[in-house]
Amino acid sequence: MSDRAVKVLHYVILAIIAIAFVLPLVWLLIASLDSNANQSLKWPTEWTFSNYVDVMTNSKNLKGFGIGLIIAGVQSLVVVLVSGLAAYPLSRYNLSYKKGLMYAILFMTALPMIAVIVPVYKMFLNIGLLDSIPGVILYLSASGLPYGIWLMKNFMDAIPVELEEAAWVDGATTMQSIRKVVAPLMFPGICVVFIYTFSGSWGNFFIPYILISSAEKQPAAVLLYQFFGQHGSISYGPLAAFSVIYALPSILLYILSQNYMSKGFTMSGAAKG
Amino acid sequence: MQKSMRKKYMLDQAKKSVLLIPAMVLLLAFFIVPIILTVYYSFTNMALTGSAAQNFQFVGLDNYKMMLTDPNTLVSIKNTFIFLIGSLVGQSVLGFLIAYLMKNKAKGFRRVIGPCILAGWVMPEIVVSLCCLAFFDVSGTFNKMIGLLNIPGVDFIYGHPMLTIIIANVWHGTAFSMMNFQSALDNVSGDIEEAARVDGANRIQTLVRIIVPCIKDTIATNTMLNTLSTLGVFGLIWALTGGGPGMATNTLPIYMYNMGLKNFQLGQGTAIGMLLLLVGAVCSIIYTRVLKTDD
Repeated sequence: MSDRAVKVLHYVILAIIAIAFVLPLVWLLIASLDSNANQSLKWPTEWTFSNYVDVMTNSKNLKGFGIGLIIAGVQSLVVVLVSGLAAYPLSRYNLSYKKGLMYAILFMTALPMIAVIVPVYKMFLNIGLLDSIPGVILYLSASGLPYGIWLMKNFMDAIPVELEEAAWVDGATTMQSIRKVVAPLMFPGICVVFIYTFSGSWGNFFIPYILISSAEKQPAAVLLYQFFGQHGSISYGPLAAFSVIYALPSILLYILSQNYMSKGFTMSGAAKG
Repeated sequence: MQKSMRKKYMLDQAKKSVLLIPAMVLLLAFFIVPIILTVYYSFTNMALTGSAAQNFQFVGLDNYKMMLTDPNTLVSIKNTFIFLIGSLVGQSVLGFLIAYLMKNKAKGFRRVIGPCILAGWVMPEIVVSLCCLAFFDVSGTFNKMIGLLNIPGVDFIYGHPMLTIIIANVWHGTAFSMMNFQSALDNVSGDIEEAARVDGANRIQTLVRIIVPCIKDTIATNTMLNTLSTLGVFGLIWALTGGGPGMATNTLPIYMYNMGLKNFQLGQGTAIGMLLLLVGAVCSIIYTRVLKTDD
């Protein structure tokens, strides 16, 4: 085969894979705009926004989105704050246990958290945190912390200590130096941790599904599952519209995080000259 | 003298650790304690509620013995293994293939293909389940497409449930492998490839002898991370098949959930959790080891 033929073949294979990957989502998008959607991809006889209107005028759905936002938002704030504080000594000080702790944290980032959900359920049952949104937030925060600390520490390492020394000379305390010097400089990094935690939480299904039992406290992820999980007759149009709305924050946040990531950390030059 | 210096050093270390306290408290309460409880409960006959929730006893290795003689557990282990291998092979091979083929292609083309693959990864897992449920339905898009080619329809969800959840997981996870391999391939020096080609190596030889050895660390970390995330898959399967039909897609997380929280057998549920935790810990250690050689 000539080089040209090989290259054409590559393009064809990639195009086929990409089409196969995107087809289920094309169905989702078109079904959400179809007044008579079914499970198969088809050109709608009548295009409509009524599926979206149905979803967004249902107070139960709105509440589900709201609860999802609260869980994800508060969890992300907790993770950013707590991991940001924890990253400071790990990045700046010479601690005797630093190396061991960093390995332990890296180890924890990779553990499958579902493995401990049964004792967590029992623990929450005993201390009265079962079926409580703050309980879910606490648990999600803790499970998001190892990765948050790991990222924060690496972002903080990229900020030269010299920049802080200037603040210390002016008499700033550690907390002032973190707030006024470190945090603004690593703002893109903080955003990355926030976005990463937020979309992980927004997409998480099993923790609220297991730890929350009341129907009125379920976030959007669990509501979506309940709509089609019971099988029987499914109305695909509204279901697809709900899914598109629910997936939107994940998509937007991913694009946003790519922006922050690509800006990169070019702070090392700030100490020179 | 030495003692006071040591004391001063300890005091200094403690002072420097203050900012770590909130993180350590949270991790201890909701991460470390549950792990310890998993170990502890797995040696008891504790039930979730009722009298056996208070009056439980140590039963030694009974839960583990029961686990290894219970045919359902063995089926779950087998299912988890098939799901794991299928997902790993699918995600890595497809992810590598896409990354490899995308290298040195027109930028505009890459800009279109990349997001198509990423879209399945960015989707929340319940949306992935819904899309696959519709796509592979008896009268879904896939069957309609092969119907146009006069190929008889396939009942994926009930006829080939394991294949369906593997495809769903591959769809969801391939982009992660693709990105890992893309950045690894970017770091393979073009000079080495060029030199191999000048020496008369063909495309396949260059791939196997030059490129694969260059990215072997990425292959290792990618495999470990995919293993860990696949072991933890619950919602995707739960929403697609519910672990069924029968036991067909009952993996360890699903079986653990049913045993511990549906049948209220906490001891046996946590014993299954221990199995997951141990496999996870081994993979996690291998992963941190591989990363270490990077430094």
